[in-house]
Parts: sequence; structure tokens; C-alpha cells
Amino acid sequence: MTEIRPSQGPMAPGDDSLFPTTQAIEGEVIAPEGSVVPTVDDTQAAGLELKARSQWSYARMRFFRHRLALVGLVGLVIIFGAGIFAGVVSPYSYAAIDLEHILQGPTHAHWFGTDALGRDQFTRVVWGIRTSMEVGVFVAFLSTFVGLIIGAVAGYYGGWLDNLLMRITDLVLTLPLLAVLLTATALLGQGNQWRVSLILVFFFWTGIARVVRGIFLSLREKEYVEAAKASGAGDARLMFRHILPNTLGPIVVNATLAVGTAILVEAALSFLNFGIKPPTPSLGVLVNDAQQSPQTPTGGTTWWLTIFPGLTIVAIVLCVNFLGDGLRDALDPTQRRMRA
Amino acid sequence: MPEPLLSIDNLVVEFKTEDGIVHAVDGVSYELYPGETLGIVGESGSGKSVSTLALLGLIPQPPGRIVSGTAMFKGRDLLKLKKRELRRVRGNEVAMIFQDPMTSLNPVLTVGFQLGEAIKTHFPDEKDQAVKKRVVDLLKLVGVPNAETRYDQYPHEFSGGMRQRAMIAMAITNSPSLLIADEPTTALDVTIQAQVLEVMKRVQHETEAATVLITHDLGIVAEMCDRVLVMYAGHIVESGTVETIFRAPRHPYTIGLMNSLPKLTGDEEWLEPITGAPPSLIDLPPGCPFHPRCFLAREKCHVENPPLAPVDAGVGHRSACHFSEELAGRKSKFSEAVA
Repeated sequence: MTEIRPSQGPMAPGDDSLFPTTQAIEGEVIAPEGSVVPTVDDTQAAGLELKARSQWSYARMRFFRHRLALVGLVGLVIIFGAGIFAGVVSPYSYAAIDLEHILQGPTHAHWFGTDALGRDQFTRVVWGIRTSMEVGVFVAFLSTFVGLIIGAVAGYYGGWLDNLLMRITDLVLTLPLLAVLLTATALLGQGNQWRVSLILVFFFWTGIARVVRGIFLSLREKEYVEAAKASGAGDARLMFRHILPNTLGPIVVNATLAVGTAILVEAALSFLNFGIKPPTPSLGVLVNDAQQSPQTPTGGTTWWLTIFPGLTIVAIVLCVNFLGDGLRDALDPTQRRMRA
Repeated sequence: MPEPLLSIDNLVVEFKTEDGIVHAVDGVSYELYPGETLGIVGESGSGKSVSTLALLGLIPQPPGRIVSGTAMFKGRDLLKLKKRELRRVRGNEVAMIFQDPMTSLNPVLTVGFQLGEAIKTHFPDEKDQAVKKRVVDLLKLVGVPNAETRYDQYPHEFSGGMRQRAMIAMAITNSPSLLIADEPTTALDVTIQAQVLEVMKRVQHETEAATVLITHDLGIVAEMCDRVLVMYAGHIVESGTVETIFRAPRHPYTIGLMNSLPKLTGDEEWLEPITGAPPSLIDLPPGCPFHPRCFLAREKCHVENPPLAPVDAGVGHRSACHFSEELAGRKSKFSEAVA
């Protein structure tokens, strides 16, 4: 292979002129006669100062003007904050049994009431948030990562590779989620949250892969990709430096929404007794527990056992979706319109 | 005569479509000498872009296919390079300026980053500081005001003219010895066009790069180029120095092109457009591809495709017309302007 780099490359060391091959006389301005190229000094003299704004400052501005997104963000910070600092926030231990206060409604001592074993429902909801959050975030991250790679490769290269990868995706999509999950749990038994998460990832990457593939398919035809190619960029650089940043918006939105969906599915599974193994409290486990003790000893309903974890699930998913929506608007650099 | 920098011989490019095979470039040969500016003019679909895109392997294959030809550049055949070798040539030895600056810059990356990329791609070990300094200098060279500030801006914060300047800066980052400009001013306002052409001239002067300028604007050719190729239906129909071609064109198509341009001086009679439409590249007429529209067309033209043959002596003027001799002495609409 012959080396085609010029011996005096543009970045040749020890030479600080722009184009070393040119025999420029020091201080002489090289421009054709009658050149009308405006120079830097002209415009600066005219007082045309421009303030550069970074993409992030624009994005931040757009995000903070999006009210629902802020609501979502604040809500999530509060809820997930409680989950992260569950040990500090919760007044009791999540397994502490108090047989003297069984199935009590909300009181000063037990804000969300107690369950059939006298465990503090507020404590259990807080720990449940923690588990659900772990599942949601883990599933969102890993499935986005997997889906991104597969979608990017399929969309960028196209052809038989695209066909192969997309048929695999279709195959996974045709599997009935619940049936497979139930079978898996039936075979493996109930596991901890990480195992449930891994099973969820197996199903969740498909959505992202399809979205990413679609975007890559259209973006790889863009002129700026061709321009980058014409300046010598290779496949990996084109894919991850030039095309990927353009897909960031939809990916972030999808990933955020995946957090919500994963939490919902986990709750559904746990509710059906096929998800996370008790005593680890997850929000779904809590709702399931509520089913076991529908009535207080005195015959009243145990509404607090269902309502609090249920509302928490709704609140999380709602906040996540608001946040995702706001992020999508904020991260799209081509969108100049500001929300009022 | 110096060694040619680029020498293309019998390039044939085809595209497979559902309606048949499109003969986009059909046996094109030309040479480019160091430091010169070669204009390629022709209508849309005459193969002017395709013939240069093929050099850098930028034709999508399939449906495109380079059927035959060689393109010797610095002792190597560009058309036979491996993908990896070709990538080192692109943006380094041979750089391209694209037509539409509005879409040729990535909207989510800063202009500075994209220019820096062009350097980093070929010189990955270069320090960020040095790259940034060079990019800022390049932006200054092409007349982007407040280059330091502009460095951190996104393409949407640039105007069309500024973007094209940035594209030019990007093309010359690695001081290429061959610059291909594919209709660099077509998407711009006339006033901006003039500025961008000035920038191009300046850049050529600085880098001493040989330039292939693809355009359909004869005015730009007259302004910028040393030599010109006229293309029609995938063939070169006439070539020569700008002065010769404008003064005394010897191909009916070139004459037709000039007659369809308005003259800004003196009284203008009716413009004379070339009658008819360009032929289908799938089903080229037999003989000379221009004969259905040609005022000189005779029996022979229906049968035999004329070769690109020298006219007169010296000066490198060539025309692909059986009857180019009959056009001798005929003045073009622009002869006075050239003289």
C-alpha cells in the first residue's frame, strides 16, 4: 500500500502557516485582485458581535419552558428520591411485623396504613418504588443499548444484514409477552428483580431497534452523511459520530417511555405472582398482597393497600411520560419554536 | 506539458433501474493538470456530477456500476482502490464541495466540530488545540466573521453563504491537491454566489489545488475556469480552453447553449433555446446523441457517433461533431465579450 499523505501534510509539525506549500511572504495578504471577501476585521468593526449559544443551553431553555415536563421531572425526583433513600425515608423496616396493628387504615403512626401482618404500608411502598425503579431503569438502559446497536447496524448497512436483523426482531415481537414470561417464571421459579429485568430486556429492545433502524435508513441518505463520507469518514464514524446524534431525541424519548412500561409490566407480572419473589416489595407485589386481604377484621375495605401502591405506579408512569415528551421537544435542535 | 494530476480514460458508469439501464456516463476521458481549473458544463442529467462522484466511489452500488475506465491520480487508479484506501484519499488528497450547503452540514454537530472531524479523520493523533486553531484559521480564510465564536455554533445559526464558506473550509482542511466542486453556488443567491466564487478563487490560490468545477452556469465557467468540458447525454461533446470555447465553439450543442443565454449588452433579440428535450439515457438515439436536436444533422449523424476529435491545430480544442469544420469561423454570441 502506497502512502498518499503528502510529505508536507497540512499538519506537518514545525510549520504554522495554513498551507505550507504556498510560498507566502510573511504578512502579505494572499487574495486575488479585487477580492471582496469580507474579512474578520470588517464585521467586527461594524459591531456585529454574535453570542454563541450551545446546543445544551438551547435545550435547557426549551425544557424549562415545558411545564408538563417540569412537573414530570419534579414528580420523578420526589418519587425516585424516596426510593433511592428508602432506608432513610421509611420510618420502619419493610419486614417489621406489628401484630397489634393489623390492617389499620391510615393513621398518624402509619401514614398509608398497615397490611395483614401489621407491616407499615408507607415503608413498603417506598421500598417497592426502589425495586420498581431498579427494574425500570435497568430495562430501559440495557434494552436501549441493545436496540440501538442492532437498529443502527441494520439501518446503516441495509441489505441482507438488515433483513436478517429485522426478521429476528419480528420474531421476538411475535412472541406473546405474557405467555413467555409466565412460562419462564414457571420454569425458573420467581426470581429477584434483576432476573425479571433481564427477561424484560429480551422483549423491550425490539421497539428501540425498529425506531433506530428507521431513522438510520432515512439519515444515511442525507447529504451531510455523504459529505462526511466524501471527507473520508469510515462506517463506524459515520454511524456513531454523524448519524447517532441525530437520533438522540427519539432514543431518549423511547428510553424514558420504556422506564414507564417496564415498571408497568413488572407490576403486572408481580401482581400475577409471576414476577418478583416476596418478601422483596415491589409495587406490583404490594397490589397483589392487597388482594389477599380484601377486608379488615371488622368488615371494612382495605382500600389503602391497593390505592397507595396503585397511585404510585400511575404517578411514576405519568411523570416518566411527561418527562419524555419534554425531552423530545428540548433535544430536537432543528426545532426553533419555543413553547410559551 | 507537465504530468497530468488526474487522467480519466474511457469512464463508463451505468445505473440499473426498473425501466432499463441508464447510461449516465458513456466513455468519458479527460486530463486535469496541477493547479488548473477545469469546468464541466451541461444540462441536468448529462453525467457531469456522476463522472466525478465515481472517482471517489460515492456512487451507490447497486444500482450504480462503474463498467469500465481508469482514473489515474498520482500514479494510482482511483477506480481500483480498496474501500479503506479510498477513504484515505477522500477529504485528504481529493476533497469535495457539495451543491447544497443547507443540507450538507450535520444539524446536530457544531460547525467547528465538523471541520475538526475532517482533520481528525485523517490525522487522529493531532492535538485538539492544534486542530481547533487550524479550524479557526480556515474559517477566517474563507471569510467567516467572528471565527472563534462561529466555531461553537450550529449550522442552523449560519446563513446559506456562511455555510457554503464553511463547506469550502472543510474541503480544504487537509490541503487537497484536487478539489471537486459540484455546483457550489447553485443553491445560493446571486450576490452570495459572487462572494463564494471569490472565496473559491482565494482558496485555490492558497492551496494551489487543481479544481474540477461542475456547473450549468456558463458565466461561472467564464469567470473561474481555465479549460472547459461540455457534456451531453453522458458524452463529452466539446473541450478546450475557456477562451476558445467562448470565442469559437465548434459543436452545435455548445453553440445552442450559448444562444440560449441572454446577453447583457446591446439589444437582445429573441433567445434561441435548443429545440427538443435531452434524450432518454436508457434509450440513446443511434449515432450522435445530439442529432435529433441538431441544426446540422444529416444522414451520417443518424448512424455514426462522432469521436471527440481535435479541431484546427494546437490549443487542445476538441469537438465531437462530424461537421465541426463547417462551424469554423462562425462567431459565438460571446466572441466580442471574450476578445
